[in-house]
Amino acid sequence: MNALTPLSPGSATPVSGCSTTPVVQERGQREVFCGLTGIVWLHRKIQDAFFLVVGSRTCAHLVQSAAGVMIFAEPRFATAILDERDLAGIADIDDELDRVVGRLLERRPDIKLLFLVGSCPSEVIKIDLKRAAQRQSRIHSPRARVLSYSGSGIETTFTQGEDACLASLVPVLPDEPADAPHSLLVVGSLADVVEDQFARLFDELGIAPCTFLPMRRATDFPPVGPNTSYLLAQPFLGDTARALDERGAKRIPAPFPLGAEGTTLWLRAAAQAFGVSPERFDAVTAPGRARAAQALSHSKGMLAGKRMFLFPDSQLEVPLARFLSRELDVEMIEVGTPYLHREHLSGELALLPPDLRIVEGQHVENQLDRCRAARPDLTLCGLGLANPLEAEGLSTKWSIELIFTPIQGYEQAGDLAELFARPLNRRTRLEV
Amino acid sequence: MQLTVWTYEGPPHIGAMRIATAMKGLHYVLHAPQGDTYADLLFTMIERRDVRPPVTYTTFQARDLGGDTAELFKSAAQEAYDRFKPQAMIVGASCTAELIQDDPGGLAAALALPIPVVPLELPAYQKKENWGAAETLYRLVRTLAGARRERPARARPLCNILGPTALGFRHRDDVQEITRLLGRIGVDVNVVAPMGATPHDLTRLGDADFNVVLYPEVANVAAQWLDKNHGQPFTRVIPIGVNATREFIAEVAGIAGLDATELLAEQSSRLPWYSRSVDSTYLTGKRVFIFGDASHAIAAARIAQTELGFKVVGLGTYSREFAREVREAAKLYGVEALIADDYLDVEARVAELQPELVLGTQMERHIAKRLGVPCAVISAPVHVQDFPARYSPQMGFEGANVIFDTWVHPLMMGLEEHLLAMFRDDVEFHDGAAPSHLGGKAQKPQDKPAEMVAAEPLDAMPLDAAPLAAAPLAAGAPITFHWDDKAEKELKKIPFFVRGKARRNTERFASERGVATITIETLYDAKAHFSR
Repeated sequence: MNALTPLSPGSATPVSGCSTTPVVQERGQREVFCGLTGIVWLHRKIQDAFFLVVGSRTCAHLVQSAAGVMIFAEPRFATAILDERDLAGIADIDDELDRVVGRLLERRPDIKLLFLVGSCPSEVIKIDLKRAAQRQSRIHSPRARVLSYSGSGIETTFTQGEDACLASLVPVLPDEPADAPHSLLVVGSLADVVEDQFARLFDELGIAPCTFLPMRRATDFPPVGPNTSYLLAQPFLGDTARALDERGAKRIPAPFPLGAEGTTLWLRAAAQAFGVSPERFDAVTAPGRARAAQALSHSKGMLAGKRMFLFPDSQLEVPLARFLSRELDVEMIEVGTPYLHREHLSGELALLPPDLRIVEGQHVENQLDRCRAARPDLTLCGLGLANPLEAEGLSTKWSIELIFTPIQGYEQAGDLAELFARPLNRRTRLEV
Repeated sequence: MQLTVWTYEGPPHIGAMRIATAMKGLHYVLHAPQGDTYADLLFTMIERRDVRPPVTYTTFQARDLGGDTAELFKSAAQEAYDRFKPQAMIVGASCTAELIQDDPGGLAAALALPIPVVPLELPAYQKKENWGAAETLYRLVRTLAGARRERPARARPLCNILGPTALGFRHRDDVQEITRLLGRIGVDVNVVAPMGATPHDLTRLGDADFNVVLYPEVANVAAQWLDKNHGQPFTRVIPIGVNATREFIAEVAGIAGLDATELLAEQSSRLPWYSRSVDSTYLTGKRVFIFGDASHAIAAARIAQTELGFKVVGLGTYSREFAREVREAAKLYGVEALIADDYLDVEARVAELQPELVLGTQMERHIAKRLGVPCAVISAPVHVQDFPARYSPQMGFEGANVIFDTWVHPLMMGLEEHLLAMFRDDVEFHDGAAPSHLGGKAQKPQDKPAEMVAAEPLDAMPLDAAPLAAAPLAAGAPITFHWDDKAEKELKKIPFFVRGKARRNTERFASERGVATITIETLYDAKAHFSR
């Protein structure tokens, strides 16, 4: 994490980022999810993994509420709810976990990888889940591997949960052989269809081998080492990147693959790292670029010239602001982000319009005051704020949809634009 | 440590939020870590509330734990007061804040705010949502109701309605229905609480002659206190179902000293006649499993058995506080009550009993869906679908009408059942067919609960694809499109509910351009072409 100057609640101070873009830091009530929420998509992405939160009833309630409010009858996540005996130290944590993990694995023979996920209460009472995971791994090896990470709200917001999860995977990835060829590792959850599109593009560019983290199967660990270059597909993976660096892998700096321009820059960074000729790059990406441009044109009429306000949520806000302002001519009033990773976002920050107001952290009441005063045409915000703002006459787009929808890459650029155009489109239709 | 897949109830501070959000002019300052604000979306999304819940969270993080979280709480409380100017405030801690022992009550008292501040002790590692709601209402009533007062004799007695909260199962409409019913009995309503009440309104509770408790899970503790300290008796009958509503009328009339003979003589619900109508014969003895909060489950069992002619084969609740009442009720039907907050136990019981209808919460709806059993929802925990736009109470005579429709609707109609029995291999009426009035897709009972989801898109495919084959042929000679393997695989990655449209669009695109073989490129060219 970058060093933060502690501020009293409610205060806001401009500080300088890496680029020239000024970044305002704000403290106060933060209307964001905690990192446990990442389980909602990670448990679908890694198909034979299970996520066991060690926490309170609040944790269980949060994950099920965030999971589309009970869509699936038996998902691959659960909570080991701590009770008074656990808190008072009467119950031995090892014994308790032996029992709970045993019951779980017995019930779900398909599970190959189990994550023990730390929570606020488990952090505060200092349960050592790392050690507990090693113990469970020994007990259940080789049938299942057990890892741990923290998704607690005191440590993580929303998408940082994925960062913590992937960072916990990195140390157990196998070493690549000493004579391994230069390989590409794409890091960050993507929809399967997007992953396949990128795999095809890298293949056509002649970049091979190419692997993805997280992997779809818990047993398909991609190898990693000094001959691995990795490309972040998501902007919230600071800890994962650091863990990969420690394994000797090298990060390919790039903007993120949102929109046609972002996708091109992202792919080009990889192509350059692998010595692909500009001619070949242009030939391979031309059809995608053309289709993206065509698809984007459908929403541009609705969005060009509109004013937008972005509340902090997923850390996708800065790349989204770049996409919206540069490819759709949207005017940004304020771009909030829960946390700004200046190094990973330097390519993005350089592309933003000058004088853009970026706010890191949150004081939700003050931010709502600014939003109301600005009367934006469209506000990107979390589910807790969307309906209240709509009731005040402001159009909103709920940000969580950006996490659950395939939005990266050329073929999804039009879909991403359409996500923002739809609320405006809807307003033009309704006469009630 | 308890392994929990789904929870029926949230933690107790969610119960407190249900009280605070139901009321006006009350603010809740909650000491809680970052992330606990998720609870707002329960109210703004599930219940579609148009304002944020009146809750300020301290949202502390790790860096605050090293510093002064108590100071953080104080500044949050002061700021909340300055901004919202509530008539009263409740303060407390969520599960994590409970562990750091900052004493929100004491901290708030130190601020000396010029309004009543009610500290809440909600032990998050012992208690749950409904308990938290009941405790919060009790604390508020106790603090605000004031001293016992003299009440004048009135021609129309006054009562309070206690229990309706935010996120309650049909509370909004129940209050309307019962208020109207009380009016017909000759009773006026003094205060409805917590729904719609201000802290100031709670100071007027003592003006009423008695209390009507609609949801004992939430209001019993407060009602008992008011009985003892304000001499206000309270009602015990929950007016869900025709007979229970009639008993409720008699009970209210008794407490209020009114004569309800005339009202009781009226035929006020369609349920009795609809149940006796010969088309309902097929409902006879249908085996029904019931699970929910205690009040709704007990009421549902009685209606199912005595007003619709079903057979209750299972009855249970997640409300441990009311286990005794549910066990008593279960004896009436000769079944053993299931008292459990473990979703897996409930699932196992449903699978074992093989009922023909499940009446439960949103959780049981999932169990029933997987097992291929029809289901109607009768109790919280709730889903966005449980907040219908139309007037849809559970209580009173109109509630009985709603229940008749809601419970009968998921079942296959009587004549259709006969067709099924007669023509087993008919295209429309066969073993796997869903009731024809429900549309949707065929459902097959699955015997392996652990595997789901994946089966649905595949089942949907043939139905989805059928009209497509015919679509492009209208013009004349049949055109067959060749999809290459990769394109075909790619198509399957598109969600099933839009896959048909994608296939149709791609083929139309290909035929317009004379493309013989559809490749992945064609698929995405078409996608870009048709993208809105």
